[in-house]
Amino acid sequence: MQETPVNAVEFHNITKTFGSIVANHNVSLELRKGEILSLLGENGSGKTTLMNMLAGIYFPEHGHIVVNGEEVAIRSPKDAFDLKIGMIHQHFKLVDVFTAAENIVLGLREKGKFDRKAIAKQIREISARYGFDLDPDRKVYDMAVSEKQTVEIIKVLYRGADVLILDEPTAVLTPQETEKLFQVLRNMKADGKSIVIITHKLNEVMAISDRVAVLRKGEYIATVDTRDTDPQALTDMMVGRAVTLNIDRPVPRDPQERLVVDSLTCTDGEGVKVLDNVSFTANGGEILGIAGIAGSGQRELCEAIAGLYPVVSGSILYNSRQDPGRSEDLVGKSPRAIRNLGVSLAFVPEDRLGMGLVGSMGMIGNMMLKTYGKGRRVFLETRSSRDLAEEIRERLEVVTPSVDTPVRRLSGGNVQKVLVGREIASAPSLLMVAYPVRGLDINSSYTIYRLLNEQKEAGVAVIYVGEDLDVLLQLCDRIVVLCGGKVSGVVDGRTVTKEEVGLLMTQTGEVDRRG
Amino acid sequence: MADHKTIHHHQKEPLVRIAKRSDMARGKKWCIRIGAILLALAVGCLFVAVLGHNPIAVYKEIVTGSLGGPSVRRVTVRVAIPLLGAALAIAPAFKMRFWNIGAEGQIMMGGIAASYFALYWFDKLPKPALLLVMALASIVAGGIWGLIPAFFKAKWGTNETLFTLMLNYIALGIEAYLQNGPWKDPKGTGFPIIAMFDQNARLPKVFGVHIGWIVVLALTVGMFLYMKYSKHGYEIAVVGESERTARYAGMNVAKIIMRTMFLSGAIAGLMGFLVVSGADYTLNTGTSGGVGFTAIIVAWLAHLNPFVMVLIAGLLAILTKGSNAIQTSFKIPASAADVLSAIILFFMLGCEFFINYRLVFRHREPDSGEEASA
Repeated sequence: MQETPVNAVEFHNITKTFGSIVANHNVSLELRKGEILSLLGENGSGKTTLMNMLAGIYFPEHGHIVVNGEEVAIRSPKDAFDLKIGMIHQHFKLVDVFTAAENIVLGLREKGKFDRKAIAKQIREISARYGFDLDPDRKVYDMAVSEKQTVEIIKVLYRGADVLILDEPTAVLTPQETEKLFQVLRNMKADGKSIVIITHKLNEVMAISDRVAVLRKGEYIATVDTRDTDPQALTDMMVGRAVTLNIDRPVPRDPQERLVVDSLTCTDGEGVKVLDNVSFTANGGEILGIAGIAGSGQRELCEAIAGLYPVVSGSILYNSRQDPGRSEDLVGKSPRAIRNLGVSLAFVPEDRLGMGLVGSMGMIGNMMLKTYGKGRRVFLETRSSRDLAEEIRERLEVVTPSVDTPVRRLSGGNVQKVLVGREIASAPSLLMVAYPVRGLDINSSYTIYRLLNEQKEAGVAVIYVGEDLDVLLQLCDRIVVLCGGKVSGVVDGRTVTKEEVGLLMTQTGEVDRRG
Repeated sequence: MADHKTIHHHQKEPLVRIAKRSDMARGKKWCIRIGAILLALAVGCLFVAVLGHNPIAVYKEIVTGSLGGPSVRRVTVRVAIPLLGAALAIAPAFKMRFWNIGAEGQIMMGGIAASYFALYWFDKLPKPALLLVMALASIVAGGIWGLIPAFFKAKWGTNETLFTLMLNYIALGIEAYLQNGPWKDPKGTGFPIIAMFDQNARLPKVFGVHIGWIVVLALTVGMFLYMKYSKHGYEIAVVGESERTARYAGMNVAKIIMRTMFLSGAIAGLMGFLVVSGADYTLNTGTSGGVGFTAIIVAWLAHLNPFVMVLIAGLLAILTKGSNAIQTSFKIPASAADVLSAIILFFMLGCEFFINYRLVFRHREPDSGEEASA
């Protein structure tokens, strides 16, 4: 017993439930001093919940946590800080109008006067030691996402954390920024810090970590040394059985121009351009990818096409599939007006329960969301919706107690199947999907890719807004890259590299290889 | 050593935590509700005993004073009618998450509009036509009073809670002006009151109570069907859940908000007509009498289900009538009688918390395995 190195953190038989949902069941694992541990698992496997208990956000129902060999009770984030544990959450918790330095010292109760110079000096020291690049006097609202993340990390280091937990830190970063972050993490490790990185991206696990701990459905599966494993083996552990990791990409047949977006410009409430002179074409029989850092105008672009976002200038021409030669400009029309023109447009928005579905209604109620108004009757016609709900439930294997169960109670993957199922059932000729696999397990993700490919082969123009470049490069025929509301490039999905797309996302490259 | 560690661990754990419950079985929910009422009665007992009365006798009087005879039963039903109607009026607005706390003013405006025809047209029309005109006028007036805040909300996003609340006072002010000025009864010997309505403008009775009870029961069924099965009801539910979803579905959100609030105000306005023409036979500052606010409790406790509202409105009417009865027979002051009904309401509302959440105490933690081994 004495020879083993002291672990920085040990979890012993941790169980945490939320109502009837068991987020963690009897989980035991340890974090060694000076290592980078990847916590791997699908969405909903309980990774974040487990780490939140270390960070003082939740309190375990059973089991206990040992830090530096001593059993502790962490009741608040402050307790966690006192134990030199810091967590960088997926959603940043910063005050926009404050500078980096102000955010970093926010909430610290130090006696004496507020000495900006001393604080800035200390921040610069930390930055220099680990290789960060941060101006302490810069306001948060001027910062890019990666800089905000840097502030969050330094905030934790400033408080003297020896154990750092990063929750999906690369979700908002370009490949280049990710590499930079990893370098920083390696520097920290060399300095003796212990790091947990929560992720579900296998290539990152392989690149950064010393060991990998796998969770599945709230249960601890195993911990393995990274050098002894490979992505396929990890996937099998994560999912519980063998999975193939290839996405099909059939060659487009007879692509025809379906949607022509020309010089589209939109502004937000403050008059800031969120889309700036955007032009591209989506073809029938093709999957067109939209790539970009989060918040580069993807949401506004989709909503503008669907008639939900006001357009300042430009045009969105839709060429009818049923009626060749006829084309309609969708600009300035409401979703209902667009539908009444016979434009068969289906839209799977990124905010599923806040926009695409009604969470408190069952599948039946949600099936009729766009069609309930048909006919002149006062009362709802539910029979066809019930049939459709049953059909989708069966065909897409939606797991739900009944078609009347509120969809809010379904898991993320099943919610998405309901939404995608309904949109595909409307037999669209243009299908827009925004982040359709976000939060889905591997199995559901592949179901969605398969459905999109079926639509593509049926001649539908598919627009796929995605965040995972690996998927975009495997699935899409062409990719439009957005950067700050502008199109920074349109590339061929079959020949472009991840690095090239990454450069376009930050507009530091000049690639323009039209497919 | 292990023993020491366990105790240490327990002391550091928070004493009470609040945890969300998963869905509870229906029977268990009702057990909690009935338990809450029993507890309320027990606390009420203490209160009555402190006042120096026999709690059992007081409770008995509440029941007999509200249900113990045909004449008191009629009064109880008369109290329940506008309460139920106003709760039905509020239901679609609340379903839409439009917090209409202006039923009070909408009732008053309906009462005012109906009173105009009762006071100045009573000799121009036959009774059925006059009553119909009064009903229509109250519907339109109440509807407009509901439409105004909806219009501003739909066009400029104003806060409906404040807006509807303030309109209550304007309606009350209009009534006071009419009562003190243009509509003042010349035969009122100087008192600023409005004349009693002519027989022509009074609602007929069925089983001893004005026919308003039939109207609200019909409305109950109608509202149930409207909310549950109509296209409008569907739209209301979607807008209430998320306006973004409604727009995504192609709904005209502004139109739905305005239409629903007109309906909500219209039903409340109709209650004003029932009160002035069926119960009071005149208009005064007490025409709405807090019904618009109490109805919020009715609607909320019933989870917006019209049929449950009948039950709750009946219960509250019994409490109201019963507490009147104990005031006269036990000389309990009105404020003390109100405290007694408030205790019951407090427990009824409070028990909903325990239906949705549970408290977890430190010592109830079933991690006794550790203790057992120690």
